[in-house]
Amino acid sequence: MITVTINGKPQDLDVDPEMPILWVLRDVLGLTGTKFGCGEALCGACTVHLDGDVIRSCVTPIRHADGKKLTTIEGLSEAGDHPLQKAWVELGVPQCGYCQSGQIMSAAALLVKKPKPTDQEIDQSLAGNLCRCGTYIRIRAAVKKAAGV
Amino acid sequence: MARISLVRRSFLQALGLGGAAFALGIEHAEAGPPKAKPNGKVDPDASTLAAVWVHHPFIAIAANGAVTIASHRAEMGQGVRSTLPVLMADELGADMKQVSLRQADGDEAYGDQSTDGSTSVRSHYEDLRKIAATARMMLIAGVAKKWKVEPSTCVATHHAINHPPSKRSMSFGEASLLAATMPVPDVKTVELRPESELTSLFRDLPHLDAFDMSTGRAQYGADIRLPGMLVAVIARPPVVFGKVKSFDPAPALAIKGVRKVVEMPAPKPPCHFQPLGGVAVIAENTWSAMRGRRALEIKWDDGDNRTYDSIAYRETLLASVRAKGEVVRKLGDVDAALAAAKKKVEAEYVLPHLAHAPMEPPACLAHFKGDSCEVWAPTQEPQDARDEVAKALGLDKKKVTVHMTFLGGAFGRKAKPDFIVEAALLSKMAGAPVRVQWTREDDIRHGYYHSTCAHRFSAGMDATGKVTAWLHRCAFPSISSTFANGVTHAGAGELQQGTTDFPLAVPNFRMENGEAKAHVRIGWLRSVHNINYAFAAGSFIDELAVARAADPRDMLLEIVGPARVLSAADLGVAKASNYGAPLDKHPIDTARLRRVIERVTELADWTSARKSGRFLGLAAHRSFLSYVAVVMSVVMDGGKPRVDEAWIVADAGKVLNHDRARAQMEGAIIFGIGLAMHGAITMKNGAVEQGNFRDYRIARIGEVPSKLHIELVKSDRPPGGIGEPGLPPVAPALANAVFAATGKRIRELPLMKSL
Ligand code: FES
Ligand code: FES
Repeated sequence: MITVTINGKPQDLDVDPEMPILWVLRDVLGLTGTKFGCGEALCGACTVHLDGDVIRSCVTPIRHADGKKLTTIEGLSEAGDHPLQKAWVELGVPQCGYCQSGQIMSAAALLVKKPKPTDQEIDQSLAGNLCRCGTYIRIRAAVKKAAGV
Repeated sequence: MARISLVRRSFLQALGLGGAAFALGIEHAEAGPPKAKPNGKVDPDASTLAAVWVHHPFIAIAANGAVTIASHRAEMGQGVRSTLPVLMADELGADMKQVSLRQADGDEAYGDQSTDGSTSVRSHYEDLRKIAATARMMLIAGVAKKWKVEPSTCVATHHAINHPPSKRSMSFGEASLLAATMPVPDVKTVELRPESELTSLFRDLPHLDAFDMSTGRAQYGADIRLPGMLVAVIARPPVVFGKVKSFDPAPALAIKGVRKVVEMPAPKPPCHFQPLGGVAVIAENTWSAMRGRRALEIKWDDGDNRTYDSIAYRETLLASVRAKGEVVRKLGDVDAALAAAKKKVEAEYVLPHLAHAPMEPPACLAHFKGDSCEVWAPTQEPQDARDEVAKALGLDKKKVTVHMTFLGGAFGRKAKPDFIVEAALLSKMAGAPVRVQWTREDDIRHGYYHSTCAHRFSAGMDATGKVTAWLHRCAFPSISSTFANGVTHAGAGELQQGTTDFPLAVPNFRMENGEAKAHVRIGWLRSVHNINYAFAAGSFIDELAVARAADPRDMLLEIVGPARVLSAADLGVAKASNYGAPLDKHPIDTARLRRVIERVTELADWTSARKSGRFLGLAAHRSFLSYVAVVMSVVMDGGKPRVDEAWIVADAGKVLNHDRARAQMEGAIIFGIGLAMHGAITMKNGAVEQGNFRDYRIARIGEVPSKLHIELVKSDRPPGGIGEPGLPPVAPALANAVFAATGKRIRELPLMKSL
């Protein structure tokens, strides 16, 4: 049995300890906001926070989360009003939207560490988050808007 | 919803919308508990409202005033849901705050739903307005009759029918009950509002799905859940038309969670939308299915396509363009003009295959129920998907329902329903709902690839440097090869994407298409052959400028020629296919092409920026009825180019939703930087060599310009395409900027291969 606090709720999970967190979230818990894009830590679509740190859930076995706290896009804010989410809506960042959970989770972790990030810091933190639709320019702008810079 | 009064008239058929039978009628909702969709959301179709007047199938007005408008196109990032339904609401006089969207299923009742070719606005906006205007007229007619006033004295605004002379007003909800009793007006009498009355169009519109997409709530192909559903992952033959020789299911079945291992039927040529065959592992969850597939031991018979090799094929294509091909366009006598030329410039260009790589790999949930099948899919073509599923299962197509989820990117890949048919077949075999999940490797290795190509140009100049001759040859495996056997040359619709419709002010020209057989599935990818043509011609025109020591902008304007409208005869073709649009409505108008070139170079401060040592590249192209010019500025960073600033000017006629149109241009620039710098799919022994984003690279955030300037030309011309036309000029503008920076002419994509 693996015990993980997911979005503030402690959960006992009877799953293969090797199953990547991504599939536990999506297939076992029905939390489908976290996306599958590559399965190899190459695209960032599956980004979540483990004890506040950014991880790629597609390559992280659930056993790594035992006794820890996981935050997914569903738990970033209850009403969808995290400053990043507000900025994302206001600037119309998403195109297809598929990468955006991951983008926002990466950006949220950045803002905790660097509340006023530079362009370069944004680019570095989001370097592992791909967007095939090409929303990067608005992503940069929205992170800055949320940070008030 | 039980329909109590059936179709009175085939209204939309009268409008000529794809010849489909459209229904228009009165419906009432039965009172009852809301029907929950499998995702737990309440289906707005099944509300408990007592009465619903349905302007079927697009508009429903409930007695409480709630308006539901169907979005019948696929939403794949272009923002169509935030555009066309808003247009309908505006034409109707509805208040968007009281309007909800319903994503339509695949159904001829909506007319053409094929979300392809940048058609959503350009081919549908007038008809959708007529539908909304019909509903508005019926609302007015019903109320006017009750009030005994002339309909012409009533107006539909603010979600109500108003009669200004008597200051009376009736809400849409109440009016809908009266409208339901009125006859449907003759289509010839349907009057659109003057555009000046449309309050929410031709400007920035709110992105209606941005909130759901920013909170993880938007549902894509893999997000739908059904009780008892299983997940399948398929090991497909590495080579197209390869077959399973033998396999041992035991190691896969030994993995916890794996339920079944089944062989998929092998396809027969041509590929069409058939699944590729292979062996499927069906499991309780995605992880088990993936592990099961890894454990499979399969022996493949690779078949005839195993000889396909990208390096050898490149030579085949070059040999093809070095010989005479089929003449597809000509004017004057190019051979004589070349012989008489004072100076000749020749160059060859090569582009690789590309994969669509939408961020969401293909995924589809199907539920076969014996005599019917229900499908949830991120599909650009819900009607095709339905037909293919019906065919594969031997069902009547009326027994197949295709629900469109959000598409996590598509770019043409999700117009091909092979993955949807897989899910349907597997649901039947498993006796349970099955989601087929493609991994990224599946997506990269089993695509419908953008066509690799070779282009060769020979131009002749007279003593003054004027270009008097232009011989262009191209060869590439045709998309038609995916749908028919024995295809050796490109079709007219493919060649029109630059080769036969690019405006040329050269007195003698000839275009030829050489032989090229396909050995993989070839498919259309965002902007299609325009990517290839625009790169080759855009680079060549830059080379002509160098040969003549001219400014590349002047050279480009000279080749495009003076402002004029080109007929098929001027183009040197028998017929201009013009993206299916009539030439009188959407002429090939060089004034518009010139204007975007002039404007983009003005914005980029072309002349003085170049003088001051900035490295700029320019290209322009007309595609999907829109005109786009791009300037890229690069800085060299450790021998590699980085775009520090870019400008894009687009004339797409009337633009309904400026914000989403700009977003498409941003996306085109970035998609274009990715393919120009890195994009290449190569084959060895018939199999794709790349597998994931480490070897099939797309643009990352650090590669995109910090400054991007977008301008949409203000125009009152009919709308052109938006999603695709931005892309073709990007790669040549970038390659030309690299030349400006390095003096190195790169004639083959991706650029990084040569840097
Ligand atoms: S799915 Fe995990 S990084 Fe791509
Ligand atoms: S918005 Fe489509 S992949 Fe980023």
